[in-house]
Amino acid sequence: MTERELYIKSIKYRKNILKYIFHASAGHTGGSLSCIDILNVLYNDVLNVGPENFHSPDRDRYIQSKGHSVEALFVVLADKGFFPESDLETLCKYQSHYIGHPTRKVKGVEQNTGALGHGLPISVGMAIAAKLDKKDYRVFTLLGDGELPEGSNWEAALAASHYKLDNLCAIIDCNTLQITGPTSEVCNTEPLDAKFESFGWAVRHVDGHDMHELVQTLGSLPLSAGKPSAVIAHTVKGKGVSYMENALKWHHGVPTEQQYEVALHELDNAMVTIPDDF
Amino acid sequence: MAETMVESRKTTAKANLEVFSATLQELAKDDRNILVVTSDSRGSGKLIPFGQKFPEQHIEVGIAEQNLVGVAAGLASTGKKVFAVSPACFLSARALEQIKNDVAYSDNPVNLIGISAGVSYGALGSTHHSLHDFAVLRAINNITVVAPADPFETEQAIRKAAATPSPFYLRFGKKAMPLLVAEETDFEFGKGRMIRKGKDITLIATGETVYPAKQAAERLEAEAGLSATVISMHTIKPLDYNLLERVATTGKPIVTIEEHSVYGGLGEACASYLLQHNFHNRFKIMGIPDEYTVTGSQTEIFNHYGLTESGILQEALRLLE
Repeated sequence: MTERELYIKSIKYRKNILKYIFHASAGHTGGSLSCIDILNVLYNDVLNVGPENFHSPDRDRYIQSKGHSVEALFVVLADKGFFPESDLETLCKYQSHYIGHPTRKVKGVEQNTGALGHGLPISVGMAIAAKLDKKDYRVFTLLGDGELPEGSNWEAALAASHYKLDNLCAIIDCNTLQITGPTSEVCNTEPLDAKFESFGWAVRHVDGHDMHELVQTLGSLPLSAGKPSAVIAHTVKGKGVSYMENALKWHHGVPTEQQYEVALHELDNAMVTIPDDF
Repeated sequence: MAETMVESRKTTAKANLEVFSATLQELAKDDRNILVVTSDSRGSGKLIPFGQKFPEQHIEVGIAEQNLVGVAAGLASTGKKVFAVSPACFLSARALEQIKNDVAYSDNPVNLIGISAGVSYGALGSTHHSLHDFAVLRAINNITVVAPADPFETEQAIRKAAATPSPFYLRFGKKAMPLLVAEETDFEFGKGRMIRKGKDITLIATGETVYPAKQAAERLEAEAGLSATVISMHTIKPLDYNLLERVATTGKPIVTIEEHSVYGGLGEACASYLLQHNFHNRFKIMGIPDEYTVTGSQTEIFNHYGLTESGILQEALRLLE
């Protein structure tokens, strides 16, 4: 997929995220919009996984540790054909499988997540299994910067470098905001790169909304042979909708009908302004 | 029928922990997918020989129980037969959220092995006691909770858990336990094991309290001419309601005995079922009261709280008055 096509897809994904959050009157809007470009590149350019090979032991694995941004995941999985997009009309409705965090009852979801600090340990287990079985599948996990104070992440980070898991990539959706306020004020995790490096990881910073950087980085892993890769993706919470960007209240804010229309209008305008020459 | 036991185990008393380690080595020999994951617990889990013989089947994560369970879940999701081994006190408390979400909720077939369970660590104190594990795990959906009583049950439980792709929690101690019955019997998860048949009272015990219950039953017969049924209720969840109903139907008293808090364990599981099914047998739950235990060895703690042959005998006689 070309970078232009990826940009176009991201706009469609953003519109769908908002559509289904608006429809459900619930959802983690800001975080879904911050990580959607990462998911877009993963599922459309990087991961060897789709409905046709989801049960293959050789597939790449994606574990969404920041499970609350499930709307981003569901929208991408629907687009990849794991299930009809219309299923998302039941999001958070009585008896729906499409709940507010990933569950394996939804096709394409690898693991049930939602409690924070769980994705990395599970991913380490999967990556160790690949090494034991001499398989070349890779394991990707997406963490929020706000979940990094969970100690289990650092237990797993130690194990990942101890076992030289260069088939593992942790992407940190570094949108700098969490439910209480700026992550730096709630519990500062900086310098994040130095922390991961000191735990034995190879680290790279990327603009988490720049398709070129994401494609280049996620397409050329591991960052360093014999080391797990940490990709610190600098993102904007609420990215793509002016009044949601960097605004705390959109952590799990739901737009009114009027706000929703404004958001769609902005995203449609963004579509027009995508240059041809990516 | 039960699978054949290793000959050497038939004769002498052995710690369930030792049996676990030996059984796992036998399984690992023929199945490269058998993996052990430890949190600096290979020594206390008697797994040093396992690691030496099967280094590629042993994953060490260091003292990090949350990661232990998360990694085990990830391994199990790829088809590995994983035994995550850690002292029961840490495994069932510190890693409880990982057990709930990564193992049970995600349905990753991890075998969680809680070693040195109950008050096995004795005078090391309450940080090292697991008197809550039945209670917390009973309230979690999709996990089988097992406390084998003797070497036979331990070997069977390990073999069958390895062959069953669903989440398990198995806990046992390190005290040498004799075989409860000479002849081999069937072993099935969720089916209580009849150790002794009687007609005056039923003693339902689990784990290392089954043996003193059996001894109490023998004294009851010798000293009072009364006969007791003794059941090893090795599976706490799912509980064997059929067997419970059968013994309750006799109308005779029931005593439950466990190395666990009197809250939320075997006893309350039985009481809940009986009360909701209109059984009103005289009933007593024996276990550890709601307190941090007295200092002492496992034996001294058992003595202090009456989890002994004579303590169980006294309770039985009191219910039979």
